[in-house]
Order: sequence, then C-alpha cells, then structure tokens
Amino acid sequence: MTVSFFILAALTIAGTVAAMSLRNLVHCVLALTLGFAGLAALYLQLGAQFVGFTQILVYVGAVAILAMFAIMMTQRAGAVAQPVFTPSRMPGWIAGGMIASAVFAVLAWAIHSSAALPKTLPPQALPSQADAGVRAIGNALMHRFVLPLEIMGLLLTAALIGAVLVAMQEQQEMP
Amino acid sequence: MLGEGILKGLAETARNFLGSYVSKDRLTTVQFPEERLPHIEAARSFPFLVYDGEDWQQGMRCVSCLICEKECPPKCIFIEKSKDKKPDATGKPQFYPVVFNIDVSVCMSCQICVEVCPFDAIKMDVEFELSTNDRFGGLLWDKERLAKSNAYYGKIHPTEAAAVDAQLAEERAKLEAKAKLAAEAKTATVATPPAQPLRETSETTEGSGA
Amino acid sequence: MPATVDQIFVICKHWLLGFAPAGVQPIFSALLSVVPILVVFPLLFAITTVLERKGLGRIQNRYGPNRVGPCGFFQPIADGIKSLTKEDVVPATADRVAHFLAPLLLVAAAFLAYAVLPIGRNMVVANLNAGVLFFFAVGSMVELAVFMAGWASRSKYSLLGAMRAIAQMISYEVPLVLASVVVIMAAGSLSTVAIVNAQVGYTGIWPHWFVFTPWGFAGFVLFMIAATAESNRSPFDLPEGESEIIAGYYIEYSGFKFALFFLGEYLGMFATSGMAITLFLGGWAAPFSFLTWIPSYVWFFAKLLTLIAGFIWIRGTLPRLRMDQLMSFAWKFMLPMTLLNIFAAGVWHFMPAGYARWLACIALVVAPFLLLGRGLQQEKKSGIRSYRFAE
Ligand code: SF4
Ligand code: SF4
Repeated sequence: MTVSFFILAALTIAGTVAAMSLRNLVHCVLALTLGFAGLAALYLQLGAQFVGFTQILVYVGAVAILAMFAIMMTQRAGAVAQPVFTPSRMPGWIAGGMIASAVFAVLAWAIHSSAALPKTLPPQALPSQADAGVRAIGNALMHRFVLPLEIMGLLLTAALIGAVLVAMQEQQEMP
Repeated sequence: MLGEGILKGLAETARNFLGSYVSKDRLTTVQFPEERLPHIEAARSFPFLVYDGEDWQQGMRCVSCLICEKECPPKCIFIEKSKDKKPDATGKPQFYPVVFNIDVSVCMSCQICVEVCPFDAIKMDVEFELSTNDRFGGLLWDKERLAKSNAYYGKIHPTEAAAVDAQLAEERAKLEAKAKLAAEAKTATVATPPAQPLRETSETTEGSGA
Repeated sequence: MPATVDQIFVICKHWLLGFAPAGVQPIFSALLSVVPILVVFPLLFAITTVLERKGLGRIQNRYGPNRVGPCGFFQPIADGIKSLTKEDVVPATADRVAHFLAPLLLVAAAFLAYAVLPIGRNMVVANLNAGVLFFFAVGSMVELAVFMAGWASRSKYSLLGAMRAIAQMISYEVPLVLASVVVIMAAGSLSTVAIVNAQVGYTGIWPHWFVFTPWGFAGFVLFMIAATAESNRSPFDLPEGESEIIAGYYIEYSGFKFALFFLGEYLGMFATSGMAITLFLGGWAAPFSFLTWIPSYVWFFAKLLTLIAGFIWIRGTLPRLRMDQLMSFAWKFMLPMTLLNIFAAGVWHFMPAGYARWLACIALVVAPFLLLGRGLQQEKKSGIRSYRFAE
C-alpha cells in the first residue's frame, strides 16, 4: 500500500514538475496528462473508483486534448519556448514557490482541522466504502446535492449556448 | 425515411456476397498464374528493338539516329552510336548502336520512342512478367535483351506489323524503282554498264517482287 | 456436466492457482486472467483481418486473399512476418519519444478495456463497481494516443488526420455514453457483471435482453453507430481517408508500429462490440432458454463474431461521409436521439407493464427518428461553402 502510494505519488509529482519545466509546450501537456493519470491512480488506490475513472475520462480524455488544441491553435507546433530556468527568472520562481507553499499550507490546515475527516480511520473502513462508492455518490448527487448539481448543469448549458451564439455571430460577420 | 437507402445498400451487398458463392460468373477475377486472359493486341509494356532476318546483330533496324533518346520524356534510353558502318539486313551500310540501353524501371511505357523512330526499329512489347531480384542491373536492359525478331513483332501486334511491313516494302520498292530508273538513264546516255546497283540482296528483290 | 464445461476455465484457473505459493497468489491470479486475453483477442484480430478481406472481396465480387495456406487463411501470418521484418522508418523531424509511445499507448488502452468485459459466466478480469465508466475512461485514452501519433509525426497529413480523429471521437463519445446510460438506468448498476446478470432470465423461451425493448433496440442501434465512429471504421473513416489524407495519423508509421496501430484499432472495435453485447445483447447469456447448455463463452464469442460481421458488411456497403455530414449527424441526430431515448427508458420504467408501455415507448423512439431523419434529409441542398481560418 505505502510502496505503491509512493510510486504513484512520485509519478504524479514527476509529471507535474515536468509539465512546468519542459521547454516544448506539447510535451508539457503530455507530462501534465501523466500527472492527471497518476492522480487518478491515487484516487483508485483510495477506493474512489468513480472519482478515479471520472478523472481519467475528463482530464486525460478531454482536458488534455483541449489544452493541446489550444496550444496548437495559438502557437506554431514545434516552436521551442524559451528556457524555463534562467537566473533572470529566479525571483519569479521564488515568488511562485512561496505562493504555492502558502496555498498548500492553507489547504492542509483546512483539511486537517475539518470535521468531515475522522481523526483516526478504522483500518477496515476503506474497502467497504469503496464498494458503496458509486451508489453513494449517486444518492448524494440526486438527493442532498441535487440543487447545486442542477445549478451547475444550468450554468454549463448557458455557457454552451453562449459559445454557440458567439460562434454564430462571427459567422454572420463573414462576407 | 432515413436509413432506407442504407438498408437497400446492405441488401445489395448481401446479394453480391451470397451470389458470389452460388454463381461463378459473378466473380470476374482471373486467377492469374494458372489462368490467363487472352492477349490483347493493343496492349503495351516496354519497348523492344526489331531486327529482320535471323541474326539479331546484323538485322537490327536501328541506325542509331538518337531521335528516340532525345524524345524519351523520362530519358531512360541510352545509345552509343557506332563510329563505323556495317551493312544492315538489306545490305546497305549503316551506323548501328554499340550500346542501346533502356532502363525499364524508369520507362513509363509512353510509346513516344515508337512514334518518333523513322526506321520502325523500336516497337512496344507486351510481356509484363518482368520481376527480377536485381533491382538495378536486372531492370537495365541492354541491346541483346531488347532485340526481338520481326516475326515476334508480327505475332504480338499482327495488324500493326502487317501495316509496317507493307509500308517498308513499298518504300523499298520505290527506292528500287528509282535506282532502276537512274541506272537506265545512265545506260541510255552514257551507254556504259551501270555501276554497282544500290541494293542487291534477297530482301530487295523480295520487296520489288511485292 | 454442462456446468463443468461452462466453468472449465474458471476451474482451471483455480487449479493452477493452487500451485502458486500464497505470497504471489494475487499476482499469479491476475496473470492467469490477463494472459488469455492477451492471447485470444490478438488471435481474433488475425482471424478477423483475413475474414474481413475475404468478406469484402465477396461483397465486391472478388475472391479476396486465397493464396497463403488453405483458402488463404494463413495470410495474417504472412502479414505479420512482413510487418515484423519491415524497416521501421521514423521521420527525421519527428518527436521520437511521443512517436514511439503513441502506438504503445493505443494498444495498452485498447487492452485495458477488456478488463471489465465479462466474456463468460464468472469470467471477467476485474469486476469493478464502476465498470462501464472504466470502459469509457480507457476509451478516452485512445484519443490521446491518436493525438500523440498525429502530432509527433510532424506531417501535415498526420496532424490533419489526428484532428479529424479527435473531433470525431469527442463528438461520438457523447452519444456512445448517452446510449449506454439507458442500460445503466435499467440495471441500476455501473458494474458490467451486474448488467449481464440483469439480462440472464427468460420469459418462456425468450431472453430478457435489453435489446428486446423499444429503448434498448434504439439504444443498441445508436450505440453501434457511435461505436463505428469511435473505432474509425467505414463509413466514419475520415481520419484515415486514403483518398485525401492517405492514412491519417499513422501515415508516418511503418513496420511493426503500423501493425500495432492496426491491432489497436481492431482491438478497440472488438472491445466496443463486446461492450455492446454486454449492455444490450445479454453478454454471455444464451438467446433461448433451451440453449443454455452451450457454454457461456461460446455465446459471447458467437455474438462478437456476429457484430464483427456486421461491421464488415457495413464497411463493404457505405461510402465515406464528409466531415460536415459527420458532425451534423453526431450533433443533430445522434445526440437528440440518445437524449430522447433516455426519456423513453424513463417512461418505460415508470409505466405499468403492458401494451400501453410498449406503444408509448415505441412512439417516443420512432416519432423523433422520423422527424429528425426528415430534417437531416432536407439539409441536402448545399450552398456556397464559407471557410474560416484560425487567426
Ligand atoms: S516508352 Fe516512353 S519512356 Fe519508355 S523508352 Fe519509349 S519514350 Fe522512353
Ligand atoms: S530506335 Fe529508331 S529512333 Fe531510336 S536510335 Fe534507333 S533508329 Fe533512331
């Protein structure tokens, strides 16, 4: 358990670090995808099948592709970006690192002091939760959180319609 | 209704599929090495050099005029003209190609060399099973590989060969007649025995006879 | 006795497992489940290639391959030897790492999908709670592989092919998933094993397959259309349209990597067919109650071969679509139809059993089909095309 956790964590971190530091943007996205996949594997290891597979479906399948497309549309493929680690960029790196660790600290503190997390997990708790995972998520989404879900759906639909409208307007402007 | 056409198409292909097992005449494929289609007269693959008579070296019609070499679009003909003249099939001294190579891996079978040759010396072959395991040398054909008899030409393109033969014969007959006239004129005026006749071979007499 | 034959592979596995020391048993068990899949489905791929070529030949009134071995059935061996011994050409400007990884990722993703397919009673590699979701998640990894292949080759044809492939796969993934939602609703589970178990019963001699309901039938047809598009097969084979972009995203691949792409594509097709069988055609269940003595895996593969034959038949019949036709078909026909189908399944669930339920559901499926079909057909008039370029 711990060994596989460390392997997966190392994979995820390696992926995300590579995503920040590689010079070729497409490589960055591929590395980021590796990070996403590692994260999904971590979820699976925690027994959260639904979240894990959704992570793969959405992030590896859709977000990565979207990012690729965005990069290819805005930048010539294969153009090499400037080196990432240069002395002149050092202040930026330090500032970024500080912000990241601050965010991490806040999150860690919030999660640690949260009431939702039982302080001591019974060792047998994980598998039984995993079995009921999908059903529990479904029930929660359909009963307790049905309103937020619907609002989110409405918001996304509105965004979709907005995007279509914007695209249509552009087409009309064309001679 | 949407999908109607698709169903019709599916029915058609199903009929083809099943029909091909029932009726043999649906399958038009010829199983090549075992079965062969009859040879088509207008077929052409690569050029060959025509020779008259039996000896390919002596009877070769090509006089090394280099026209085909110049006209060949992909420049796959290479000719080296001879320094001396040798008598051709009709006995007339002519230049001849010392080297005549066609790279058939480059040749595109356009038949332009055939069209431009003024001596009907190069014609299109019909042979097509030409694979070789020597990708360079095996596809660079020399004079000997290219030489084929007029009889062979007559066999693969009968109509065309008959026309060519007739035309050649006519030309020769004309030449013969001209030569005779010239000879007669000479004998009439100078009244001396004629000099060497221009042509005097079996071929010419045959030609004048025809 | 039939039960033993039915479970023969399961029994064999347990017997073999008995020889392994306790420590390595989980790994050994996984190996015993995975290795047969790694053997059987590539074999099926080999058989399918020759069957497909022969079938297509017959459809076009030709013989198809008939030289290698008896009736040409050793053709895949010859092809395999050829692709193994061919030179592996990598374009000089290609991104070597991504170029190398793309076919591997594709094949790996294709194989992963088999983990949740129940190919027989008690014969599934991993009975996951979210099995169907796993299947689609893995399927979406194929897109990444395709993109990597197209981008890493640094060829305009491959890039265009990859763009087309991704646009098509993303568009058709939506109806693919939505078409399978009806089954998840009916079975009340995302687990493939539970879905098959929900279809095992019989009424008289007739099975309880989901395809024998109005929404199930519509869902099956929609699923198969979307599956055809997902596996890039004719008539949705634009990404590799050889008349326009030669071979699309794998144009720069040769030798064994090309064979891997081919393998991945076919494995994807088998996997989606297997999913269609699991979701709609009762998985490994026999079609009639008096045929249950035939082992379950035989039924699975019989259904799989039938669906493959259907794929081949379609490929031999239909010409390739145009990109705009493809897209408008996905968004203007497939998507509304799948959504309405979900509605029909809901109606089916809440109405009391009887003729009224059948009629209502059939009406709910057929009426929009006719209307949408008419709408699609009226769009045939083509106007002046306007081109838009990215700034
Ligand atoms: S057929 Fe055309 S290409 Fe071939 S040798 Fe003659 S002129 Fe050249
Ligand atoms: S083949 Fe004909 S055109 Fe070519 S060199 Fe000989 S005589 Fe001239």
